[in-house]
Formats: sequence, C-alpha cells, structure tokens
Amino acid sequence: MKLEILKELNVERAARRPVIIVTDTANGDQRLVKAADIAADPLRAELSKQLRMGKSGNVEVGDKKLFLNVYAPTAKLVIIGAVHISQALAPLARSLDYDVTVVDPRTAFASPERFPDVPLVAEWPDVALPPLNVDRYTAFVAVTHDPKIDDPALLHAFDRDCFYIGALGSRKTHAKRAERLRAQGAKDSDIARIHAPIGLDIGAVSPSEIAVAIMAEITAQLRLPPKEKEEAA
Amino acid sequence: MLNRDEDILQAAETWQKQGHGVALATVVETWGSAPRPAGSSLVINDDGTFLGSVSGGCVEGAVVTEALDVIASGQPKMLEFGVADETAWNVGLSCGGTIRVFVEKVG
Repeated sequence: MKLEILKELNVERAARRPVIIVTDTANGDQRLVKAADIAADPLRAELSKQLRMGKSGNVEVGDKKLFLNVYAPTAKLVIIGAVHISQALAPLARSLDYDVTVVDPRTAFASPERFPDVPLVAEWPDVALPPLNVDRYTAFVAVTHDPKIDDPALLHAFDRDCFYIGALGSRKTHAKRAERLRAQGAKDSDIARIHAPIGLDIGAVSPSEIAVAIMAEITAQLRLPPKEKEEAA
Repeated sequence: MLNRDEDILQAAETWQKQGHGVALATVVETWGSAPRPAGSSLVINDDGTFLGSVSGGCVEGAVVTEALDVIASGQPKMLEFGVADETAWNVGLSCGGTIRVFVEKVG
C-alpha cells in the first residue's frame, strides 16, 4: 500500500467517512474510493453493495480479481430516554457492535445502577448532543415520551442526517409530534424520516421485545437496499 | 461499519514516519469456519513487532515471517493457510477453516 493511500485512508477514517480500498491481488495495484465518489466509479454496483453490507470481499472484473476492502465507521446508537426499553436496547445494541450513548436529563432515570457500563449523559439534548458528533452513521432513537426532551433531540437528528431516526408513540401521538415539529420549522421530508410507531411490527410487548423490534428495524435500514427497505417498513 | 480493529492502520502510518519498514497483511478470502472475516488485518514492522490479527492468533507467527520478506523485497505475496495444507495445519488454523492473506509493503 502506497503511503499516500494509507494517509488518505486514515484521514477519511478519522472523519468517519467510509472508504473502500480496491486491490488487484495479482500485482498489488491499488486505489482508494471514497463513498462520495462511488456513484461515478466503474465498479459502482459492486462497491455500493459491499459498502451497504459493511463487508469486504472479492469481485472478478474481466480477467482481474479485485479485493474490495471496506472501511466503514463504527455505527453509533444515541438513545434519548433512560427508560425501561433503553435498559434492554443499550446492551442489545452493544452486542451488535454499536457505540451506544444514553441521554436523559432526569438523573433518577439516567443512573449508573440502571445502566451499568453504558455511557450516560444526564443533560438536556441541547447540551448533551453536540459533543456526541451525531452523524450519518448514527441511529437515533427517542423514547422518553416527553416532548420537552424528545422534540429538540429529533430536530438535532434531522440536521445530522442520521441513517435511522425512530420515536416511541402511537400513530396518534406521532401525529401530534409531527405538528409540534412542523411548528418548530421541521420539513415534511424530515418528519417522514421518523420511524413511528418505532420498531418492526413483530407484536412486541415487553421492553426487551420492543428493543428487538427497534434493533431489527435499525438493521434493516442499515443493510437492505433502498427498495426492499420500503417493503420492510 | 461494525469493525473495531482498525487503529492499527494509524500505527502503520506512524511506524512508516519513524523510518520503519512496514507491511500490511489482510485476510482477502475465507472458507469454512475462519476465525477472522475478510478485511481483517495485521501490520508488521521490520522489528517483527505486529498489531492486529488475521486469525485470532493461529497463524500470525507465520504471517510475520513472510511479512519480513515482503518488507525486504517490496513484492506483495498471497499466503494460504488451512487444514488442506499440511504445513498450514502445523502452524495451527485448528478451527478447520482456510484463509488467504495478502501481504504488501507499505510505502
């Protein structure tokens, strides 16, 4: 690997931007493809598939065998609300390799006894969220049921282009939430990005089951190609 | 997205800047129950110091030896380890899988 490629790879990784290194394993020829440049790449179909799967692999192009090494950032999960569902959701998400943070200004909820080993921020979203660097590779879940906490958090998630945004509440609750968010300047296209009621419809009842439904929905959003994603939603 | 072992690439850059010869070994293909997926890597410097893993400890020793050759020659190499290969079995990919590891010089 040329030093320039290694340096560029490290810069992109530090900025949490995905890259793919394409190597001709017969002779060591190599190039770096940034996620933003995939659409214009001759290998765009293969590159976008591998990136979506977050998986490295080989492709044959003509008589060449190329290895596509995918470097995608570690996904984050930000949970707004240190509630019962979150106590099940945080460890489940960690077992799926997400970096998890729980935010709740109510210190009685955001206590280490309730969330052993999970990073907790007992602050309001306007203070808690900016340092978390919420980005494209972040799943964002608002489950407090309290508009004072959930609403400003959701507005932050819209700005940061999270790959998944979910909010707890029935259709009725969500309709009210949509009204409030619109009044605060949210676009219809932003509101349409909220998965609510949250989680895949698997008949979940207990907090742990709801956590499974949420992680299943997040996984689908992360891994499925766009068309199948619509069908799963 | 869910790969946590990549800071070794920063080490590769640092070693290179310090004037070390450095090689990068990457799992490019696996069959059967290989311990580490494609894309897993190991960086090696000319002291024989290494970081990361390509097999969870089974064949790293052999990879490091080959990597020192690659650092010296500058020519990339493809290595294969698995139960089908008597020597590879001896170095111990005892999980029953087969892996191919691409070793290249950095710089």
